[in-house]
Amino acid sequence: MTIENWRIDAVGDRCLLVGLGTTVDPETSARVHAFVQRLRAQPIAGLRDIVPAFSTVALHYRPECFGPTPFASLKALLLERLAQPLDAQQAAPRVIEIPVCYGGDYGPDLEDVAQRCGLSTERVIALHLESAHRVYMLGFAPGFPFIGGLNAQLAMPRRTTPRTHIPPGSVAIAREQTCIYPLETPGGWNILGRTPVRLFEAGAEPPCLLGPGDAIRFVRIDANTYEAMLEARQ
Amino acid sequence: MSISIEVIKPGAQSQLQDLGRYGYQHLGVPVCGAMDEYSHRLVNLLVGNHTDQATLEIVLMGPSLRFAATTQIAICGADLSATLDGEPVALHQRLTVPAGAVLSFGRRINGLRSYLAVRGGFSVAPLMGSRSTFVRGSFGGHLGRALRKGDVLQAADFKPAGALPDLPLVSTLPSAEITPLRVVLGEHWAGFTAEAQALFAEASYRISPQSDRMGYRLEGPALARSQPGELISEAVNFGSIQVPPDGQPIVLMAERQSTGGYPKIGHVISVDLPLLAQLAPQEALRFVPVSLETAQTLYLQREQQFAAALGDAS
Repeated sequence: MTIENWRIDAVGDRCLLVGLGTTVDPETSARVHAFVQRLRAQPIAGLRDIVPAFSTVALHYRPECFGPTPFASLKALLLERLAQPLDAQQAAPRVIEIPVCYGGDYGPDLEDVAQRCGLSTERVIALHLESAHRVYMLGFAPGFPFIGGLNAQLAMPRRTTPRTHIPPGSVAIAREQTCIYPLETPGGWNILGRTPVRLFEAGAEPPCLLGPGDAIRFVRIDANTYEAMLEARQ
Repeated sequence: MSISIEVIKPGAQSQLQDLGRYGYQHLGVPVCGAMDEYSHRLVNLLVGNHTDQATLEIVLMGPSLRFAATTQIAICGADLSATLDGEPVALHQRLTVPAGAVLSFGRRINGLRSYLAVRGGFSVAPLMGSRSTFVRGSFGGHLGRALRKGDVLQAADFKPAGALPDLPLVSTLPSAEITPLRVVLGEHWAGFTAEAQALFAEASYRISPQSDRMGYRLEGPALARSQPGELISEAVNFGSIQVPPDGQPIVLMAERQSTGGYPKIGHVISVDLPLLAQLAPQEALRFVPVSLETAQTLYLQREQQFAAALGDAS
């Protein structure tokens, strides 16, 4: 695919943003991740962080590595990389399986979601399991993934009143996305279930189970399996 | 062997920091690091350390620390009335601390954050490439938190530093009633009303008490957008000035999240961030727009000064 309608903006004097779309959807996200792969394949010295988001890729850079006009020099290097079409056959994403115990205490909003969608709880679970999930980006907190690809029948706004304490591992939906809370934080997404796997561990290499662009396959487990897996983790 | 430093009194929020934890923002990990990167680098150079060694970032109310053995230290940044065994000590100097001496801090004279460097650096293992403390995430630095009474820090065994580098540098502290901060305009500048654009360059803003290492909340004339509506979250940086729907700007600081969804009206330029980090709640500032070229030229000049000082030191 050729890259069209991109934009390049300065985010202050040591960060640059490449915009690759104006919508949040799987196609835009695929372009973002393909461009990140391009930057990894054709690296630029002097970059400290490459941060993909829904429709943009940010480059945090050391201006001292780019001569007397750093922004213009880095922009020129990016124009070269934007001029080449992205591989249509880009590397297949990593597929990560995430076990989830749906409903009950683990998914306090499952019944509410089912009611609002006019579906049975079993149908909600089935649609969530079969959606083509892919990590758009991580942000908000260490290891917090925004996962796109949720079946449109399950799209719904966030809860009007956010919860103050969401248990770690909670798998929740809002709009056409799924998220997983890595740590106990406040949050307003609709919780369908909980995973016993650890998403983020500071100091582990890598510290994060998921990365931007990963494909996710949710796998349904029962409460006994959840508790056994959680115990095995300790 | 290492040198023990006992925390007799912890101070308000004393944390080990360095130049930040880069390489993990794509996983949502905040960079952290020193709020005043300039004083942090300068104080390390004064004791002959690399600039990426951890320093102790001391805010407003400083700690009392007892050094078990002789070493050398330096203090840069805010003047918080430091004393060594009761005797006033000067900022921006290399000092020899005798075994058993106690370093204390008193009244705030100017600035907000002091940086303490010890010869050879504080002995903490880097986590994900950095010794900086991330308090919200409970990791990095000393046990992922600010110092507490009774903590014992370790510093490298004492080897005298070489000749003092010829530093043409001194930390700058706020000196005006209303501190001018240079900014480059943000990506969403055009989305603000003409009135907001004019206010941005003219009005003064006061720093809210709800300000911390993550962000400085400002209070002043509201900045309105001509095209309200939600934006798609994208990267932010140290110094990014976000404007939430209430129109009161927030300047993102060292412990900012990696992305944000509010419009960015501007960015405080890198060389002026140390000045902002030294401003305390209730103090006032105003924004002075400059071009990106100017901001980067100033940045490069500062890097050349540090490179020259490092050349002297090695």
